[in-house]
Amino acid sequence: MSDSLALLLVPALPLAAFLLIFLVGRVYFPKFSGILGTVIMLATTVISMATAYKYFFVTGKVDGVYQHLIAFKFTWLPFSENVSIDMGAIMDPISMVMICVVTFISLMVHIYSLGYMKGEDRFAIYYSYLGLFTFSMLGLVLSTNIFQIYIFWELVGVSSFLLIGYYFDKPSAVAASKKAFIVTRFADAGFLIGILVLSYYTGTLDFETMIARLTVPGSELTAITTAGFLGVSALTWGLMLVFMGGAGKSAMFPLHIWLPDAMEGPTPVSALIHAATMVVAGVYLVARLFPIFAISCPVGLDVVAYIGVFSSMFAAIIACTQTDIKRVLAYSTMSQIGYMMFALGVAGYGGENGLGFTASFFHLFTHAMFKALLFLGAGAVIHYVHSNDMRDMGGLRKHMPVTHIAFLIACLAIAGVPGFAGFFSKEEILTAAHNSNPIIYWCAIATAALTAFYMFRLYFNIFWNKEYHAHHSDSHHGDDHHHGEAPWSMKAPLIILALLSIATGYIPFGNFVSSDGQALHSEFHLTSAILPVSLAIGAIIVAMLFYRKKNAVPDKIAGTIKGVYTGALHKFYIDELYLFVTKKLIFGIGGTIAAWFDKNVVDGVVNFSATVGENFSDTLKKMQNGKVQSYAMYFFTGVLGFVLLFVFLWDKF
Amino acid sequence: MSLSILIIIPLLTALAVIFCRNAEQVKWTSLFGSVAQLAVSGVMFFQYNALRKAGEVAQFVFEEKHTWFSFMNINYHIGVDGIAIAMILLTAFVVVAGVLVSWNVSHLTKEFYLLLVLLSTGAYGFFISLDLFTMFFFLELAVIPKFLLIGIWGSGNKEYSAMKLALMLMGGSALVLMGLLIVYFGSAASCGAPTYNLIEIASHRLDFSTQMFAFPFLFAGFGVFTAMFPFHTWAPDGHSSAPTAASMFLAGISMKLGGYGCLRVAVYLLPDAAHEYSWIVVLLSAIAIFYGSFATMMQKDLKYINAYSSVSHCGFVLLGIGMLTKTAITGAVMQMVSHGLMTALFFAAIGMIYERTHTRQVEKLGGLLKVIPFLSTIFVIAGLCSLGLPGLSGFVAEMTVFQGAWQRPETFYRLATILGCLSIVVTAVYILRASGKVIMGPIVDEHHTHLSDARWNEKLASVILLLAILAIGTAPFWLTDLLNPGSELIMNQLTAR
Repeated sequence: MSDSLALLLVPALPLAAFLLIFLVGRVYFPKFSGILGTVIMLATTVISMATAYKYFFVTGKVDGVYQHLIAFKFTWLPFSENVSIDMGAIMDPISMVMICVVTFISLMVHIYSLGYMKGEDRFAIYYSYLGLFTFSMLGLVLSTNIFQIYIFWELVGVSSFLLIGYYFDKPSAVAASKKAFIVTRFADAGFLIGILVLSYYTGTLDFETMIARLTVPGSELTAITTAGFLGVSALTWGLMLVFMGGAGKSAMFPLHIWLPDAMEGPTPVSALIHAATMVVAGVYLVARLFPIFAISCPVGLDVVAYIGVFSSMFAAIIACTQTDIKRVLAYSTMSQIGYMMFALGVAGYGGENGLGFTASFFHLFTHAMFKALLFLGAGAVIHYVHSNDMRDMGGLRKHMPVTHIAFLIACLAIAGVPGFAGFFSKEEILTAAHNSNPIIYWCAIATAALTAFYMFRLYFNIFWNKEYHAHHSDSHHGDDHHHGEAPWSMKAPLIILALLSIATGYIPFGNFVSSDGQALHSEFHLTSAILPVSLAIGAIIVAMLFYRKKNAVPDKIAGTIKGVYTGALHKFYIDELYLFVTKKLIFGIGGTIAAWFDKNVVDGVVNFSATVGENFSDTLKKMQNGKVQSYAMYFFTGVLGFVLLFVFLWDKF
Repeated sequence: MSLSILIIIPLLTALAVIFCRNAEQVKWTSLFGSVAQLAVSGVMFFQYNALRKAGEVAQFVFEEKHTWFSFMNINYHIGVDGIAIAMILLTAFVVVAGVLVSWNVSHLTKEFYLLLVLLSTGAYGFFISLDLFTMFFFLELAVIPKFLLIGIWGSGNKEYSAMKLALMLMGGSALVLMGLLIVYFGSAASCGAPTYNLIEIASHRLDFSTQMFAFPFLFAGFGVFTAMFPFHTWAPDGHSSAPTAASMFLAGISMKLGGYGCLRVAVYLLPDAAHEYSWIVVLLSAIAIFYGSFATMMQKDLKYINAYSSVSHCGFVLLGIGMLTKTAITGAVMQMVSHGLMTALFFAAIGMIYERTHTRQVEKLGGLLKVIPFLSTIFVIAGLCSLGLPGLSGFVAEMTVFQGAWQRPETFYRLATILGCLSIVVTAVYILRASGKVIMGPIVDEHHTHLSDARWNEKLASVILLLAILAIGTAPFWLTDLLNPGSELIMNQLTAR
């Protein structure tokens, strides 16, 4: 199979699945839709892995550098001579890694959902939406054109909206889906303006041309760096606005508020969209434009780094206090994406400086595995106890042994315990941070310790702590009260992902992904690993002391740091702040003024002129009253008026 | 092909409707006529493309010219370019859908359909006219039936709305007529004798003072039709009182008469004035976009929501026109087509929901997706098109306008464009708020648990509009290919100082 055909099929198959199930399957074979979707996804996964294999190992490098190939490309919407939106597929290391991650996690979620979503009313719709999402996400990572990425960006946004609002009769789910869409839409408005700025100066929307024109000195680069607004160059404006879009999708502070609420969606969806794939789109976007950031706009890269590290730490603190297990995982996702962001932020272009770039993608890869596993494991737990709250759980290790072990592996991986995948990628990020910026490095170390703590707080609360007793089900899942741990369709993905949460760490990632396409051999320093590892293990021990057996210590600690604790519990009141600013200030006041103005001023003038017209005609009507005397009076008044007028005008001429 | 057929078919349909003996015959005759019209428009589209491919360079094709009133130099002069064809296709789609949606109008069915058909005749005639007077004639023909449609078949405060709409549109036409007369008499200097011939006036550029004098009249006059701020208040009241098909026509076609007129007459014939006044156009359209979307947020009636949102969306049409770049002008026309289809679909969905629930108040509706999934899906798709989701027509149109608008480097134009970009967030807020309440969420009224979903005619109407929306949204290149030569000519007119 040729590359272009393969890369056409990769997004086309999930799209076909969406159309087939949405238009036909929903009505005629709703039960079979899940299997159909899964089989199509399996085919897609095989094709993308084969394509990636071919790209990395058969086509290989030319002069030691992985090539950027365009599998296919056609003009979709021409704007002017040179500027057009193209649809195409790019082949380079990051896009190849991404299609593997996306299709693989999507496949796992497809399989898992066969068990998890069984018996749902809108089972077929669910699978059609999964197809739509996978299509959009694959289109996004294969984009050759910055506007193409924007198009698929919006499409993943809407699929996420549809899936968060899957339980559409639940007001909280509707509210969460709206919030997710609107917050990311706001970020996307920035993205759009950023695209306009960049395309205006470069005269292209094509990634390759744009990168070439903005990294090599030339008239475009001079124009965009000399033009400015409010003392900031147009290049920085453009990149920062584009990054705003990325920050929105990737839930970076202060645009993160939608992510925790998005957990209202079905848990497998959270695993796919809100943990492993869509939320890393922002990282992917920065990586796609990385040469421009690194070569021409280091200031922009600094912003990326600081926002990343702040979000990372901020989310980790909040995660320590949440009791909804999916929300803990959501904040943890935000924190880990912050890691990937600042890894990009501290990287430079080419050679050893590009370590952060490699590390970021390495972490994206391993994180996809263990975070999907965490969510799917949490899903199994929720499926079993019919609650999201960790206070309703405890002692589940005896009830669900497979989930327990898988979850433990994922926790060890994310905590960065040696031997597990997260350790390797996190070490690489910490090394990159250490080499470039001490502030970021120390914040990252602190975050690593917090991560280990809150993950094991979660783990011990679910699987240890108090004993679990037979549950009282009030959920819509539950007709079978005495079901076992989980069906095999759910356990199999857990086992596969658990194995990969260990194995993926041993991939020599620098050989495949680097900032300039050349192999990067990062050597591993044992000394630099000592500090984070010992902190992580220390944090795990603390979590064990706190939560393994139910005791009063955690509450006491929370009491002593009351201010911080309450703040973190309420997510530092960011939501309330936003609600106030948007609902009360902007939409409330703005909307009320606009509506009032329209009703009273604009329409008032219209109605007023109508009234004047009516009165005027009324007056005219009354004049024609048939009385000769009044006609005579009008006549003589008129004559007198004219006489006066003429006398007056006579003087002038 | 003879272009007059586009006027003859609706006229014949109207005639046939008069002689129909019962409501069934009326409906099927109108449907047959409108489908025939759609087929003819489709054929014309392909013929036009074939001609252009064969190297036809004439600005307008299928030209026809007959003397109508030689004393005033008025001719029945018609012809089309890509822009006109796009508008004709839009009209044909909306008319078919409108006829289908009105299937269960039981009160004075014959008169209702007669007026619908006459209204469409006016629109077709307007889009193909190359003589300013003929154009005005058809413009007027498209106004009168609206008054009756709203006044007789409307709902709510219909007398007030019908009167307001008719008077404001008449006021608009009066301004247009003034402008046309100024152009007519002004053309004596440049063309030798006064003329209404659009091509002739364009090729002998009017002198600057005539242009400056005529532009405000023409622009404001046509602006009333396209609901330009501050002449937009007929739209919300008119739409909300109108019967479903009339709302579809009003927003889908009638508002486009204004946009088309602004472009074809005001900008094309008065290019120097367009440059001078462009900042006012941009200012008013930026206000309309932002102000319209904020006003939408406060509405509680679904039809008012769509009406105010139309004010905002038509602002993009004027923004595109006011920017005076080729891309922006193409975008403006795309937006006209896209908004016409999308708003017709939205009004159709609202009308169909209203017919079942007997309310349009957002507060009194909820959870309809469970009861009437087809109609709810249509409602959501129309909403998503309105908020500019890629794959649907709204996105490509708005993006083309933005891309074209950004080519103007002046800070003022940039700010207007940024305001436009930000409005897509506000659009998302009100669309999601409405559909989150009406379509999703729990069912509010227990009477709504047993509603019947769409009937065949309603399904067909929705699918026809949806297909057109998807055809533009997924493969926009055919539309830009159709429009570009037309906008290029307007651009040539604008750049040749």
